[in-house]
Amino acid sequence: MGMTATLSRTTSHGGASHGSAQTPDSHDFPTRPYDLVKEFVIALVVVALLTIGLAAAFSSPDEKAVTMTTWAAAAPSDVIATAAGELAGTTTSAGYGPPYNSAADGQKLGPFSLQKWAGVRIPVDSANDLVLAPLRMVPGDSGLTATLATWDAAPADTQTAWATAYVTALAAAPDGDPTKVAKGTYGPVPQIASRFLSLAQSGGLEGALTQSGTFYGSDATRSLLLLADGAFLEDQARARSLGGDQWGMMNETGNYPGQPWMWLYTFWYQVPPFATSDNADAQVWGLMMLLTLALLLAPFIPGVRSLPRLIPIHRLVWRDYYRDHPRQ
Amino acid sequence: MTPPTTPVAGTTQPPATDEKPASRTPGSGDSWTRWVRTRIVNTVPEGEALPDRQPVYVSSWVYIFGVLTLAALAVVVVTGCVLAIGGTTWWHVASLGHFVNSLHLWSVELFFAFMVIHLWGQFWMAAWRGNRTLTWMTGVVAFLGSIGTAFTGYLSQSNFDSQWISTQAKDGLNSVGIGAFFNVLDPGQMLLWHVILLPIVLGVIVVLHVVLVRRHGVVPPLDLVDRVPDDLARSEGR
Repeated sequence: MGMTATLSRTTSHGGASHGSAQTPDSHDFPTRPYDLVKEFVIALVVVALLTIGLAAAFSSPDEKAVTMTTWAAAAPSDVIATAAGELAGTTTSAGYGPPYNSAADGQKLGPFSLQKWAGVRIPVDSANDLVLAPLRMVPGDSGLTATLATWDAAPADTQTAWATAYVTALAAAPDGDPTKVAKGTYGPVPQIASRFLSLAQSGGLEGALTQSGTFYGSDATRSLLLLADGAFLEDQARARSLGGDQWGMMNETGNYPGQPWMWLYTFWYQVPPFATSDNADAQVWGLMMLLTLALLLAPFIPGVRSLPRLIPIHRLVWRDYYRDHPRQ
Repeated sequence: MTPPTTPVAGTTQPPATDEKPASRTPGSGDSWTRWVRTRIVNTVPEGEALPDRQPVYVSSWVYIFGVLTLAALAVVVVTGCVLAIGGTTWWHVASLGHFVNSLHLWSVELFFAFMVIHLWGQFWMAAWRGNRTLTWMTGVVAFLGSIGTAFTGYLSQSNFDSQWISTQAKDGLNSVGIGAFFNVLDPGQMLLWHVILLPIVLGVIVVLHVVLVRRHGVVPPLDLVDRVPDDLARSEGR
């Protein structure tokens, strides 16, 4: 873009609202022809062609979602262990706290309990909503009805003791295999977990977990909480290098760029103290909010606003102009 | 409102030669329409919305990335609209739908690449000088809004990526209380944010940003000898 003949023009801007008296007004400078519309149209054509070329060459990832059926088929022991964990209250969702339940206070950002203050706005009772309620929908199974009746009739402490004992026994069994669990006092928990696995294998679990309980299920909160409580989903993600400590948040399946613009957010999870902190999420969010505010307010922050002068990349940008107009 | 004085309904009487439309306000009993028109004209004076000349210092490849970002945004919006026409399962079951999904993905990648280069270019030019602070800030907000929009797009894919990203992201959002209102495990809510709420907000911010760019013009070079020191130099006591 070479310079052409220049033309002086007076600015139609004036007054305090348009420019500091100490700052040169861009409209006071000599000008040269510049076709903005032509530039945009060419840019649009170039970007459109580039997009078509990239899409044709590299396509896009679309790996099928994990279903309860595939989970049950691939990792039945994990489904059993997850169901028992929901009943025992030992899963991630059961002990999560807000916004799902009051089992914990959640994370803190310094003295601020933002998670607790937001409240339980998406109530999920892991044992009932994720395991028992779907089983109660199964018709014509008197054995299951009797099993659930035994569970319902027991005091809460007994329920927890049964389920906890079974969770412990499953963890001790070879490969977590339910058929190799040592004998113990588990009440109806093994039967409940077993029927839960059957329901998952049959494909009937997804619909039963729909939050709204209606024909149209557009909310996957319960399904995703259940899936995330198991080990299968994370195993699948780690196998694709998508773990939280593998920069997983910004990546996607296959060799695709994912969301590289989230690199800084994901970066903090990889390094101490965040990598080992119980409040890592809140701390990383707090830090990112602070850094974002710094970017937003860069023009006002001493030191930051001086960086462009200290690291003179602008000399490269305006090298043509500086050639004829010396800098200070 | 004062009744129009024009003799023919639907037409506007030309202002008298001694009239100064810029000084008219609704409070003075004048036309609201004229007041709005005056505000628009004063915001971006005639000829500066689409000038056919630029200051001579606008001579670098870095200036192209702002326009490239807008062009990529246009492709993102168009491909997104085509996906919306096809519906939420189209890209899983039809090869054409999958190709449009690929177009949408790659236009987003290009959009961010151009935008980040544009953002850093403006940073190193200290482009907030000369009352351009709001231009810088709207640009940063547009960047943040774009991240949110892209993120909800990833959550709306209804595939393995959506499952994994949503179950991971919920912890960060819940930890600061946002998750109670913005449920990443609800693809229905996320899809509405992705295709309606965030694009509207982003669209308004981008329009504001572009209007501010046109209103103030392209920031002049730093540290010119033959010019009055800029506000940056003043703030440093130079």
